Amino acid sequence: MAKDPVKKKKPISKMVFTGVVTVSLYTTLLLKQDVINDYFGRGGVYAILPIATAFLFSFFHGSFTGSFWSVLGIEAKKRKEVK
Amino acid sequence: MHDIVASNFVDLNWMNMAYLFFVGFVGGLVSGFIGSGGAFVLTPGMMSMGVPGLVAVASNMCHKFPKALVGALKRAKYGQVDVKLGLIMGASAEAGVLFGAQIQQNIKNAFGDVGSNLYVSMAFVIVLGIVGTIVLRDALRTYRTGNTHDEEKVTKIARWVQSINIPGTMVYFKSLNARVSVLLTVPLGFATGMLAATIAVGGFIGVPSMIYVLGAPSLMASATELVIAFIMGLGGSFKYAMHGLVDIRLAMIILAGSLFGIQLGAIGTTYVKGYTIKLVMGLIMVIVLFSRALMVPVYSSQLGIISPIGDTTIKILKNASFAIMILALLVGAIVVLSSLFKGIREERKTTACEPATERIKV
Repeated sequence: MAKDPVKKKKPISKMVFTGVVTVSLYTTLLLKQDVINDYFGRGGVYAILPIATAFLFSFFHGSFTGSFWSVLGIEAKKRKEVK
Repeated sequence: MHDIVASNFVDLNWMNMAYLFFVGFVGGLVSGFIGSGGAFVLTPGMMSMGVPGLVAVASNMCHKFPKALVGALKRAKYGQVDVKLGLIMGASAEAGVLFGAQIQQNIKNAFGDVGSNLYVSMAFVIVLGIVGTIVLRDALRTYRTGNTHDEEKVTKIARWVQSINIPGTMVYFKSLNARVSVLLTVPLGFATGMLAATIAVGGFIGVPSMIYVLGAPSLMASATELVIAFIMGLGGSFKYAMHGLVDIRLAMIILAGSLFGIQLGAIGTTYVKGYTIKLVMGLIMVIVLFSRALMVPVYSSQLGIISPIGDTTIKILKNASFAIMILALLVGAIVVLSSLFKGIREERKTTACEPATERIKV
């Protein structure tokens, strides 16, 4: 059977890489929660810690979830409608 | 103070984490689609787990801004985000958040927690009663006339707003395809921020105001709301983090679920017209309105405004209110998912019927 030329390659390697990083981040967060709570709950200049953590998690986990649905074949509409 | 705050970070078990993940997922799904939502269930949900109110609000906010960022970036890929409008409205929304929080504080100081709760419930009922009815009526009218696949028409008020010329303040917005005075966007952003500070979902004013007052298509309004939510969420999170109130574990667990949801919700928007956005938003707003209306007699009796209500009745009303809120989110999620899967099915069917050579041309 001929391959569909417009079919995009599924981002499996990206999903695996970002997935591993995401799992590592969450594992660290849960295993070290006492230390993390101590520093993150101090307020003042330590406010940067939760903000930076949120950006870090969203970067890797956001990328992971995007490629996860893509690998499952759930993607945005490709065909433009004629108006 | 820091030790007190740190001791307010509750122990997490697997059940709590699974619950936060699931509500985060459903909330994310709805947010990705209509630009906001979910927060009104998450904050009381966390509080029912024993999380102190302020920590729940702070942690909710700290999951909101990274979620909104991921959603905005995704929808920007589809050309749905008006960054300029989002940034301008976001800045005035930030001012609205500060003002709204101050009003909340004043009410709390004067009438205590019950007074503050009554104020929040009344804000829910009045705002959602007016705006939710307008949005849902518009969606139902479109459904009845059978124009659900048509492009949206710009409202009369939006045409009037676009016709006002205030020299030195006019800015071109791509979502409106028109020049509008920044001065006219400021009150809308401010009201969005005030609502966000009061009921945690500013989008219930932000999105309808961009659609009906400024004339933005629903798809672009809901996507642009994510930029506003990001700005408000980042500012708010920083403020709470300065006082050590963010429980990063709660925020990141909710984020874990919501990023799965927001991607799906954003993808879903590429398969629908503005009608579906309005339908989901209107449905959620009207259902939530009933949920909060149930709480008005509870807080009114606690404040002595009406005669006292028995403890059993209060418990029933509280549980019913929370259940209706979850129902609102689930109804929204079902419409989003069914629109998404219907759209995917139809596209696959069309693609399969088309010869490969034609597809290459596209």
